Amino acid sequence: MRGFSIFIILCLAVSFMADRKRTLSGLQRGGRMFLNVMPTLLTVMILMAVALYLIPAPVIARVLGEQGGALGFLLAASIGSIVLLPGFIAYPLCSTLMKQGASVPVIAVFVTTLMMVGVLTLPMESKFFGLKAALLRNGLSLAGAVVVAILMGLSYARI
Amino acid sequence: MPGSEGKPARVGLRSYIPFCLFLAGGFASWLLDWEPGKEILREFGRFAGEMILVLPLVFILIGLVDVWVPRKRVEEMLGDESGLRGMLLVILLAFFNAGPLYAAFPIAIILRRKGCSLRNIFVFLGAFAAMKIPMISFEIGFMGLKFSLLRLAFTLPVFVAIGILMEKLLGRGYEMRLPG
Repeated sequence: MRGFSIFIILCLAVSFMADRKRTLSGLQRGGRMFLNVMPTLLTVMILMAVALYLIPAPVIARVLGEQGGALGFLLAASIGSIVLLPGFIAYPLCSTLMKQGASVPVIAVFVTTLMMVGVLTLPMESKFFGLKAALLRNGLSLAGAVVVAILMGLSYARI
Repeated sequence: MPGSEGKPARVGLRSYIPFCLFLAGGFASWLLDWEPGKEILREFGRFAGEMILVLPLVFILIGLVDVWVPRKRVEEMLGDESGLRGMLLVILLAFFNAGPLYAAFPIAIILRRKGCSLRNIFVFLGAFAAMKIPMISFEIGFMGLKFSLLRLAFTLPVFVAIGILMEKLLGRGYEMRLPG
């Protein structure tokens, strides 16, 4: 994150030195896009906050730790698909899961769907890419997450 | 702040009404000491905290790319004829990013507008979701190197396949626009 900020600030400084007017117009365009996107983004964040309140992280950890087998896998894929969570929430949760005895495929499908599939962000995604593309991307990502999880389960214990 | 521009944004203030209602609700639950409301507000604060730092930076970057990077260059490097090199490039681009996947949506749009191929757009999104540096360092710390490396090794071909499939299913000319 810090590296990213420094990089952007450097870009901005170089851009300013090269051409002030052009930089300002770029900032203006970026700002306008930001304002256009903001309302949708805020709505998504509100939805996610409500979702996390309804199914809090400790509850997810308990349920997925207790449920083994196909049911656990299915639950992990479904819960993971609802929200898109940033790593700083997802990974502590997954490490708790591992300690509570959840299997590798369950954790893998959970973390991969968390990152790649977001039903709650679907309205926002379809605003950007169109409904068809958003549905396809999420559907294919869900299938991909299942593949990744199965491969993880087959290989993890053997290496 | 990029928001301090002269021209009014195309999105009216009206679209901020749901958010204002939410804030009012949060304030009320704080006043009335209503625990569920306070908890939701706290969760919202965690997301907002993450976004507030990343998002303005992302949009500064988008604005700069918009004015500096010529469409022809992007088309050459990431367009339909860019091949394996173009794909590696978008993966690298995602690698050095931060923020949740939905912060990548506007970046994808600007890349598309500059002539990036549809396949590379979705490879970029996949890489952004699954293999950003800040995330991988987090993952190694919490799950161990073995878990992280295996996951990356299996996820990489999966999102490359998704990119190829998306292009096949939507068609190369599929258009995307920024909302608003």
